[in-house]
Amino acid sequence: MKEIVVISGKGGTGKTVVTSALAYSLGRDCVLADCDVDAADMHLIFQPQSQTEEDFYSGEEPEVDPERCVQCGLCVEKCRFHAITMDADSVRIDPFACEGCGLCSRVCPESAISMIPRYTGKSYQSAIRIGTTMVHARLLPGGENSGKLVAHTKKIARKLAEEQYKPYVLVDGSPGIGCPVISSLSGADYVLLVTESTQSAFHDLKRVYELVHKFRIPAGCVINKHDLNPGLTSEIETYLVEMQIPLLARIAYDENVLEAVRHGRTINEYDPGTYHEIIEQIKHEMKI
Amino acid sequence: MKIAFASGKGGTGKTTLSVNFALYLSRDHDVLLTDFDVEEPDSHLFIQGDLLKQIQCNTDIPQVDETLCNGCGKCREVCNFHAITQLGKHTMVFPQLCHSCYACIEFCPQGALKMVPEELGMLSEYDEGGLRFLEARLKIGKEMAVPLIRQASDYIDRHHADRLIIIDAPPGTSCPVVETMRYSDFVVLVTEPTPFGLHDLTLAVETVRLLDRPFGVVINKDDGKHNDVVKYCEDESIDILARIPHQRTIAELYSRGLTLYDKNPDFYRQITILKNNLKSRRVL
Repeated sequence: MKEIVVISGKGGTGKTVVTSALAYSLGRDCVLADCDVDAADMHLIFQPQSQTEEDFYSGEEPEVDPERCVQCGLCVEKCRFHAITMDADSVRIDPFACEGCGLCSRVCPESAISMIPRYTGKSYQSAIRIGTTMVHARLLPGGENSGKLVAHTKKIARKLAEEQYKPYVLVDGSPGIGCPVISSLSGADYVLLVTESTQSAFHDLKRVYELVHKFRIPAGCVINKHDLNPGLTSEIETYLVEMQIPLLARIAYDENVLEAVRHGRTINEYDPGTYHEIIEQIKHEMKI
Repeated sequence: MKIAFASGKGGTGKTTLSVNFALYLSRDHDVLLTDFDVEEPDSHLFIQGDLLKQIQCNTDIPQVDETLCNGCGKCREVCNFHAITQLGKHTMVFPQLCHSCYACIEFCPQGALKMVPEELGMLSEYDEGGLRFLEARLKIGKEMAVPLIRQASDYIDRHHADRLIIIDAPPGTSCPVVETMRYSDFVVLVTEPTPFGLHDLTLAVETVRLLDRPFGVVINKDDGKHNDVVKYCEDESIDILARIPHQRTIAELYSRGLTLYDKNPDFYRQITILKNNLKSRRVL
């Protein structure tokens, strides 16, 4: 079983559009995992037919027992995240500032602070129309630990793929290069980079590839909206050659892509005349 | 006043709006533009300013003094992030997992741990004809954006408290965005009239409401045909502050790293509307 992770650095370059089209092409051969957990959109294309959900807890958060608290202020003083404030008659914890280190609970001389599991989101397994399962998640707004939820989502997807003898796990990643992206790269066999012909996307591609390179994962690249700026597309292609990253396909700027999304369809499903060949080419060129 | 341009979905136009709005306002305001999308900072591509200052940002990571450590394991026990482990009597730190909470330091009975700085990223300050620009850039391989955003916020409070602050926020709805919104006085949510744009806008609205910040919406790439976002905003009583038309020419200018407010009249008209809407709400 091989795990393919689709990332881009910059958001909005077409990760979800490309991932969903590849999933449509792979059909029963893949388990799909939407790991863009704080803005998961894949379910808009593959409207789940049935769904199981579970609550996801990650890390801990402090809870103050007002009966025991004597307002000594030690927790306020020790907290590095300025997450605790104290007024005349209570100690308050700001859940958005708290990182869950538990230092307050450990230093409290009255044992007035206990650490409880932190509810950070939901995890789903859904049957989708292409004859497979999509594993996805929903981080609570402002949720901490998105990397943990990514790892959890990938773990379920891998387990399902093993149980059902699926050759591929296909992962739609997050934008950026931080914790959720690093988490999505862990254990990946191949990275599909989706970029577009804009200065921003090219800049972000270089940063995210540097990260992929640190992990020594083989990668290939799709250039989306390649006709937006042909000169820049040539620059991107030169960079790909220098870095020895295979160019898998170019996709033109096309209003029809949005129409496919509006109809809840993948691009190769909505407009096979234009996209069937391109997606098959990406699959073939990945050589995995 | 601090105004953040945020969005749930990436690629909706946060950078386009924040850079152009900051340049536009800097003609008659003292403005600082800052890029808090520390993982993938792109604002600098549109700013040709002179570099004034660069400051390395660090996080504190525990270091073990082998001569004092007796391998008791207390540090490992109190670390909620599993950043410390032990092989026999040997104590090891995984810096990527450390949140710099100091619990290990606090509880080490031998005083064998001390915090040492490790590079997290870089702050760079530029001047472009009166507009100040502060970029915060995370070092590649570092997981945590939030501490760098905090350090950038502190820097702005120390050096530029008197300026109007325009913030280019990271995408998503998780901790880096929360940190950015918490620092802001007003949030402009940039969206586009697509199913992804609308869905992620609803998540961003939940987040900004949870943080109790005043906000409004700018619809970017507006084709005038798909009104789901407008309908959602009406249903939720959310103000639409501007509607940037969907034009391939705008996408092409952006692709070349060029500013729009001085080149595209439709865009200019819309950011003027945005400014007036913010003025009438006393944000400006």
